[in-house]
Amino acid sequence: MLDIFADLRLWEIVVLSLEVSLAAVLLATALGLPLGAAVAVGRFPGRSAAIVLLNALMGLPPVVVGLAVYLLLSRAGPLGELGLLFTPGAMVIAQTVLITPIIAALARQAIEDAWREYEEQLRSLGAHGIGAALTLIWDTRFSLVTAVLAGLGRASAEVGAVMIVGGNIDGVTRVMTTTIALETSKGDLPLALGVGVVLIAIVLALNAAAMLVKEAAQRRYG
Amino acid sequence: MLPLRLEEVSFLHIIKPLSLDIEAGPSTIILGANGAGKSVLMRLMHGLLAPTAGKISWSSSGRQAMVFQRPIMLRRSVLANVVYALKLAGQRADAAMEALREVGLVHLAHKPARVLSGGEQQRLALARAWALHPEVLFLDEPTASLDPSATREIEAVIRAFDAAGTKIVMATHNLGQARRLGDEVIYLHQGRVVERAPADRFFSQPATAEAAAFIKGELPWG
Repeated sequence: MLDIFADLRLWEIVVLSLEVSLAAVLLATALGLPLGAAVAVGRFPGRSAAIVLLNALMGLPPVVVGLAVYLLLSRAGPLGELGLLFTPGAMVIAQTVLITPIIAALARQAIEDAWREYEEQLRSLGAHGIGAALTLIWDTRFSLVTAVLAGLGRASAEVGAVMIVGGNIDGVTRVMTTTIALETSKGDLPLALGVGVVLIAIVLALNAAAMLVKEAAQRRYG
Repeated sequence: MLPLRLEEVSFLHIIKPLSLDIEAGPSTIILGANGAGKSVLMRLMHGLLAPTAGKISWSSSGRQAMVFQRPIMLRRSVLANVVYALKLAGQRADAAMEALREVGLVHLAHKPARVLSGGEQQRLALARAWALHPEVLFLDEPTASLDPSATREIEAVIRAFDAAGTKIVMATHNLGQARRLGDEVIYLHQGRVVERAPADRFFSQPATAEAAAFIKGELPWG
């Protein structure tokens, strides 16, 4: 089986998978945390609707997101000129769309709980608006790790969207999940299973590392 | 910035329309049983709540601070908690250490604030207020959840504020504390100011039956 792994250039597939998922998590965190904080702290008309929408978007079907991003990036689409379709860039975009609502919705809940606790004190000290939101993001940082991990979990496990916008091209856009799907349909179950084990091991390792860092920091800062 | 003038101020059914001037100088104790409306009155004066009706006005602008029954500490070091307040107030961070010295917390300056004991956290809340050199300091039952020795330490810091010229406005249901720290007493009963008198006279010759009953430790509705 090791030979087949070598033929498949498994290493490249693993690295590309990580690159795509981590890039998407990074982008989605940069977008999702401020969005979650704004909804948590802001008082604007339609706020309840925004919360319902955010929570509902956590369950976006990956294939639908893939299709939407495909239409956007296809040659005739509004962003067709960028030539991103069937590149890792397109996969990052699709996964970012998928997991931004997850990170934003979970962050919103954590930050709103903190705001309830902190509001009087922060207002008394004169913090409001963006300043208060940034303070809350920093103070809930340990809870937000969990939100980001949830996003990472979704991104690394996802197959539908990356399959549609990436095309599962060997050596270009083939990642672990699309490899598993392909090998399963070809009937090479041992290989599919082997890649699956590698994927699960990587996800476990990332979560364990994040949890260790979080717990150590939490013990230190209370 | 004093006097602070409340004209026919009411808040829902908690504070019945009341008019009150808070003058500069001697410390004011707002005394009353649980549920009398002390905390709401403090929040109205500090500006955390807007009155349902009536007008609250300061004679000029100036700095005010508030210390709550349960101190809210930011998830950062003791020193950084004070620096945070100074920065929000547009003041230099140098004053933070001096404020910690005032409350006897210099040796804990670099500890995470959230791992301090309840009494230490309340002293840190006072240091945060001290650094701002407020003209008026509102205290809402600052020792209600502290043991006697922590209470003594907090009261010593409150006296230091008083000696430094800060106007103290403190809500408490603790008769001993009101006697120790109060120059004048405003007695609140079911959202109304029932009696206002110099502390000596209030405790020796209360003018109203409600105040007399409260001092004797009887249930005010008994």
